[in-house]
Amino acid sequence: MSRPSDFADDGFGDLRGDGPQNPRLGALEWLRWAWRQLTSMRTALLLLLALAVAAVPGSLIPQNSADPNGVINWKASNPGLVGVANALQLFDVYTSAWFSAIYLLLFISLVGCVVPRIAYHLKALRAAPPRTPSRLGRLPAYRSESSPGDPARALDAGERLLRRRRYRVARYGDSLSAERGYLRETGNLLFHAGLVGVLVSVFVGSGFTYTGQRVTVEGETFVNNQSNYDSLSTGRFFTDSTLQPYSLRLDSLTVKYEQQNPAALGEPLDYTARVTTRTPGHEPVHRIIKVNDPLEIGGSAVYLLGNGYAPHITVRNANGSIAFSGSVPFRPQDSNMTSLGVVKAEHTTSQARQIGLVGFLYPTVGKLSTGADTSIFPSLGDPLVSFNVWAGDLGLNGGATQNVYVLDTSRMKQVAARTLANKPIQLTRAQPTATLPDGLGTVHLDGIARYAALDIHHDPSQGWVAGFVVLTVAGLLTSLLVPRRRMWLKVTDDLDGGLRLEYAALARGDDPGLERAVGEFAHEHRRELEAPTPSAERVPAGV
Amino acid sequence: MRTPLDQLSVLLLLSAMALYAIAFVAFALDLARRSSEATQLADARAGVRRTTTAASVGGGGTAVLEAAPPAPPLIVSAKRTAARVGVGITIAGFVLHLGADVLRGVAAARVPWANMYEFSMTGTLIMVGLFLLALTRVDLRFLGSIMTGLVLVLLGIATIGFKVPVSPLPPALQSYWLVIHVFVAILGTGFFTLSGAVSAVQLVQSRRERALAAGRPATRLRLLATFPDTNRLENIAYRIAVVGFILWTFTLIAGAIWANHAWGRYWGWDTKEVWTFIIWVIYAGYLHARATRGWRGDGSGWLNLIGYAAVLFNFGVVNVFFHGLHAYSGLSS
Ligand code: HEM
Repeated sequence: MSRPSDFADDGFGDLRGDGPQNPRLGALEWLRWAWRQLTSMRTALLLLLALAVAAVPGSLIPQNSADPNGVINWKASNPGLVGVANALQLFDVYTSAWFSAIYLLLFISLVGCVVPRIAYHLKALRAAPPRTPSRLGRLPAYRSESSPGDPARALDAGERLLRRRRYRVARYGDSLSAERGYLRETGNLLFHAGLVGVLVSVFVGSGFTYTGQRVTVEGETFVNNQSNYDSLSTGRFFTDSTLQPYSLRLDSLTVKYEQQNPAALGEPLDYTARVTTRTPGHEPVHRIIKVNDPLEIGGSAVYLLGNGYAPHITVRNANGSIAFSGSVPFRPQDSNMTSLGVVKAEHTTSQARQIGLVGFLYPTVGKLSTGADTSIFPSLGDPLVSFNVWAGDLGLNGGATQNVYVLDTSRMKQVAARTLANKPIQLTRAQPTATLPDGLGTVHLDGIARYAALDIHHDPSQGWVAGFVVLTVAGLLTSLLVPRRRMWLKVTDDLDGGLRLEYAALARGDDPGLERAVGEFAHEHRRELEAPTPSAERVPAGV
Repeated sequence: MRTPLDQLSVLLLLSAMALYAIAFVAFALDLARRSSEATQLADARAGVRRTTTAASVGGGGTAVLEAAPPAPPLIVSAKRTAARVGVGITIAGFVLHLGADVLRGVAAARVPWANMYEFSMTGTLIMVGLFLLALTRVDLRFLGSIMTGLVLVLLGIATIGFKVPVSPLPPALQSYWLVIHVFVAILGTGFFTLSGAVSAVQLVQSRRERALAAGRPATRLRLLATFPDTNRLENIAYRIAVVGFILWTFTLIAGAIWANHAWGRYWGWDTKEVWTFIIWVIYAGYLHARATRGWRGDGSGWLNLIGYAAVLFNFGVVNVFFHGLHAYSGLSS
């Protein structure tokens, strides 16, 4: 089998007119029949379309991988459908059983299709062009002329010309049969084999990757080991030693906002993170990370994917001892960087009187018409931090890891809020200290730094993937742009004692230049015949 | 910011749209003329048939014809005054359109394809440009009203729905990959558009040919007789789509490289990535269909149109209504 049995082509079919199949009931025949179905062009086509259709739901429903928050929201707003969606793996479409089934079948079909074609093509590359058809006039491009002269000389001249055009030529009696453009099939096979390479390297490579996130406040140092990541997801073959030793200190994160263009006021223009990296045996190095410009270090790349403010807060107990002191990353909620954060002060005098603060940072505070606070510009013009206060057990002793952005209030009581007698506490630059209600102590805003949300990726397969992609593209271009043609010249005696020269050509696939190629060949050939001596001028190849 | 340059750009764009509208009418007049030509052609053909029958009855010749007798010329009147006017006005529209696009870029001090308004403006510019370019190689003037009509609709939607003032690029878009990736996507879309238009005509032509083959008179849409036959239309559509497919392959790859720079992974099934992939796979299917027995002709024509529908969906619906990392429509949600 060379090409799939239902491969159709304008041109020279290597078609095996197998005709309708009539599978006898032997297991082997059935298998063979099934294999032939799977590797047929129609199946490949249907599987491609199935793949396209199967990819659609993942763009309509949020995916765990790309948008976990979207999944939570979707579940909340469609409670009735969650069961069905889970059963159909609709939140993980691209790793679901049914999506995988389609691409695995396509993959098998691809291999089953390409391997025999490679074998066949290797043979064709060494074979002579096929015999000249008996009736050249039937071919899609044909021209016949008469000329005086000697048949052997005409054939010699034709052969010379065709070879110069990089045809492979065979002489069959009174005719020449020539073929060129084997590169087209080579390209097609390279393309399909390259796809296999891409898929395999993506698949194998995914076992060696890791992806971690780490929120780093200005002045903080991140050390590359597992416990230092906020979250880390790893491939199958990940081991502790995959993480190469290095550290990275975030010296500063500067953000520029649009200040002039009223249509874009407050839109970010630039993020620049300055870092100092240390690797064993080297001097510290100062580096810069920008949004489209990650930092390469320790076999991984460090990306700047997010940013926010981290107020430095100190909570003191009534006796003056420190209940909490540190930088607390706040999560941005809107484009003016109104940010939400939680402070958990656990080192209080008694566990039943631990303190939870939940509130907003307004980098440049303004008032809504309702009287509520809001932020009117994303940079720290006139910051206000406003906290509701909870007292009770923070629930940190349970051992379960807690979300730093969420306060577990199940064993706590709200003691200050807009709706209570004790209003939320407010901290500003002018008034950085507030007293907590119920004699809980005081809160002090020491300052506000920025933090960078860093994503750290390690993917050793990238080079392989890129290499196969390059092969694939090269294959695609040759396969689509190189014409594959057969050309024939037949020299017979004319009734009037001259020669009858017949030129004909056939293309594989679509070939707009076929007619012209025959015309030019005929023209050159005639010129050659009429010239007193065989001309030695070069004809540009590729015509 | 309403800079004078941007205002001038809008003015030029509106003028270009007015010209496209006039060109649309001219092309439509040409189609109407073709209708009446086709009737004459049918009469002429009937005449030819009558004479050949008479000749063979009288002659009883012995010559064996190897090739079919040459078909009567498809185009009766090669003048096509209305179509020529249409092309001329389209060229004028294109020049103004180009001016509008360049001015927008100058006003924003960057490439004019960073939000949907600009993407539409540049995308339609490329469509018209490719159409005009194609005219220098193949006579596709019968597509004039489809192309100018489509461009008008898209520009109408863009100016009414997507118009946003010039604003600076967010950091995620500040990359030369914006220039490469998006421009290649626009170019690919242009080729897909032209190819889709040819396939649409091919499908209609194929209905007519089937009716004729079944011996039914194809009285509706007689003007199709002046168009190339389905086979030729299919080949033209294929050739154009091949270029589109190559460009789309580069779009996909450039997008993956950019994603790797910006987000740290080259592929993450983000909605926009998903749709770019879907489009690529559909067109790969289309290229296969051309080589699969039973899918030639209408099958491949439909696939081409389905692919184009996905292209439009990707641009018009995914950008505006879907959430993902590629939030660059410039419209606030
Ligand atoms: C991952 C799935 C596949 C993709 C994305 C794909 C893509 C393509 C593309 C883009 C082309 C046109 C370019 C060229 O000629 O090289 C093509 C051609 C071709 N493919 Fe595939 N293909 C896939 C699977 C298969 C399978 C499974 C088969 C075998 C049944 C197959 C057989 C062919 C053949 C015979 C051609 C040549 C068509 C021609 O001569 O016009 N492909 N493929």
